[in-house]
Amino acid sequence: MTATPGAPGEARASSLTPVLTERWDLEDSFTRRVYERNGGYKALRQALQRSPESIVEAVKDSGLRGRGGAGFPTGMKWSFVPKDSPKPTYLVVNADESEPGTCKDIPLMMADPHLLVEGVIISSYAIGATHAFIYVRGEVLTVIRRLQHAVVEAYEAGFIGANILGSGFDLEITVHAGAGAYICGEETALLDSLEGRRGQPRLKPPFPAVAGLYASPTVINNVETIASVPSIVSNGSGWFRSMGSEKSPGYGIFSLSGHVTRPGQYEAPLGVTLNELLDMAGGIRAGHELKFWTPGGSSTPMLTAEHADVPLDFEGMAGVGSMLGTRALQIFDDTTCVVRATGRWVEFYKHESCGKCTPCREGFWWMVQIFDRLEQGQGTEADLEKLLDMSDNIAGRSFCALADGGVAPVMSSIQYFRDEYIAHFEHGGCPFDPADSALFTVERQEEAGVNA
Amino acid sequence: MSPSDDVTNEQSGRPEERMRSGVPPEDAAATRPGVADSAATKLDAKARAEMLEIVARYPEPRSALLPMLHLVQSYDGYVTPAGIEMCAEVLGLTEAEVAAVATFYTMYKRRPVGDYHVGVCTNTLCAIMGGDAIWSELSEHLGVGHDETTDDGTVSLERVECNAACDYAPVLMVNWEFVDNQTPQSARELVDTLRSGGAVNSSRGPRVCTWKQAERVLAGFPDGAETQGVSAGPASLAGLRLAKEKGWTAPTGGQPELDATSGEDQK
Ligand SMILES: Cc1cc2nc3c(=O)[nH]c(=O)nc-3n(C[C@H](O)[C@H](O)[C@H](O)COP(=O)(O)O)c2cc1C
Ligand code: SF4
Ligand code: FES
Repeated sequence: MTATPGAPGEARASSLTPVLTERWDLEDSFTRRVYERNGGYKALRQALQRSPESIVEAVKDSGLRGRGGAGFPTGMKWSFVPKDSPKPTYLVVNADESEPGTCKDIPLMMADPHLLVEGVIISSYAIGATHAFIYVRGEVLTVIRRLQHAVVEAYEAGFIGANILGSGFDLEITVHAGAGAYICGEETALLDSLEGRRGQPRLKPPFPAVAGLYASPTVINNVETIASVPSIVSNGSGWFRSMGSEKSPGYGIFSLSGHVTRPGQYEAPLGVTLNELLDMAGGIRAGHELKFWTPGGSSTPMLTAEHADVPLDFEGMAGVGSMLGTRALQIFDDTTCVVRATGRWVEFYKHESCGKCTPCREGFWWMVQIFDRLEQGQGTEADLEKLLDMSDNIAGRSFCALADGGVAPVMSSIQYFRDEYIAHFEHGGCPFDPADSALFTVERQEEAGVNA
Repeated sequence: MSPSDDVTNEQSGRPEERMRSGVPPEDAAATRPGVADSAATKLDAKARAEMLEIVARYPEPRSALLPMLHLVQSYDGYVTPAGIEMCAEVLGLTEAEVAAVATFYTMYKRRPVGDYHVGVCTNTLCAIMGGDAIWSELSEHLGVGHDETTDDGTVSLERVECNAACDYAPVLMVNWEFVDNQTPQSARELVDTLRSGGAVNSSRGPRVCTWKQAERVLAGFPDGAETQGVSAGPASLAGLRLAKEKGWTAPTGGQPELDATSGEDQK
């Protein structure tokens, strides 16, 4: 890929480009009937006319980067699968969506499960997989029903099973419900979980493409990544590249939540900015100002109003010390206590640490104790240094990226809001009233439940 | 003090310690409820046959374990010793191996769950939008804390992590169905309805079934309710609606690299 670094954003569209979300408002959008009537499963027919290699090439040429957070080029990942493996190849869809703030895959699978199924079939064909798994978090019953049903309908239509549409290609798809564990979104922990074990990350290498599920070649991709494949097959890589920027091509779903007038899913070219999205979403809730936000879930360092015009693409976010992540824009206004927000995220990482390595397992536990002190106004500046010190010792010294993600809100909040931390101990407690940040009127202050 | 011997932190009002790493795998025996419970199991020959059905979905049997544990909960209301025993027997694992897996995952319960499991999202975004207030209200109203069940066995309350519905914050989950945009008042009315045996509709899905029925779906035995509920909730459609209003679309599909050849075009 040749691109001028630092030149993202030019020719940036300030409008929306619904592709993945296009059918969501149709009645019964989740049925095969409606999906096919609106162009569904055409890409599958096209794909089966082509060689698997040409589909891998098309995905490579499109520049599609993984939508699950890390942004690894999808076509390249696919090309790592050994061609001559004596073992079967598997495709595993990561539908664990549990990164705080992330809420795009769930509505996609609820409204348009056949889009994912079609993507799974085409992608499996491209990489030579004969069994695909959709590992979906367990806590979303309606979504799981819709997925299960879509798979049944696709079998009935001969889109899955033996000799798909007479092509000689065979594929089984299994929908697999998880059981509540954020770490199972980490791809190797997901594989252990899918093998019926505790979901703990594996040492890499070997990478899953070589030795993944049952030690066989395995491709793991996010829901949105796989759901993007049919449109690339139908419309071509040039079309995909006509959106977004050179290094971050295409469209993606941006999920706005929090203190914003119209929270929800906005599908736009990568490189759109927070301010552009806020304009579309009616702005920050009336009478308030943007205070801080996460670009891609709680594991991406938080940003402030000064970053609201930075392109939301991989390079743009890296350029300001954060990450695009999952485009989960959690937006907080001036009523929000950043210490409370961060403390709660740290509790999440403590709860979700799989326990495999000491810095992560013990580190977040201690951090929670410190945040309790800070929130109660009993902290000192030394506690802030301690938090930063601990962050250094947790990130990069642990086994997987959960640990790096967990320190992101800590380090970034201290970077941008050190004064607010200090105000807590000067004030002898939290200077904010949690009732002010609730979206409804809270009668009694204690009802807003700080420290709840 | 190390995390594994942590105690509940009553003073700060923090719920009982929630930590995945708190129970090391070797300690599986300690997590098993009393033997007396075994008598209460509903797992029968049919359940065993269903477990074998689950096993058949996978290239390797052990992959069936998570759905099998969901199935155990659909019969017994939690992961009973009998359930662990049956999973172990079907898969050729030790009971300790099965228990070690069961204790790792938050959705598997060690004590009986009520007919309705009510999860209050108290991850940061929901908490700040009002989830903390909802939690306090429900906990006080029902007189139970985190992972506890009302005396009448109807409602179990749990603080849950982000449930991928942040654009509908603050969010409740009832038997893992979405109940969106809640207030303390609406949440209290909801649990009152549940406790009086009234029907509760989820915001985007069907009428809420019982917890055991939900677990059965998670085990991969559909209940036929997939067509109930909306395609997408209002927040999910926020961008699409705006795009339609403004006439914004993705560039019209370039030239497909190869034309569809089938004559089955359904337009
Ligand atoms: C703690 C943790 C949680 C993760 N959770 C998810 C998730 O829920 N969904 C997802 O697609 N990727 C998740 N990831 C990223 C995956 O490990 C992996 O990069 C991704 O599924 C690859 O797919 P992609 O290339 O299509 O993005 C997580 C990573 C970590 C470290
Ligand atoms: S960093 Fe944390 S979550 Fe990742 S393997 Fe280590 S203990 Fe587990
Ligand atoms: S924070 Fe509550 S659903 Fe995401």
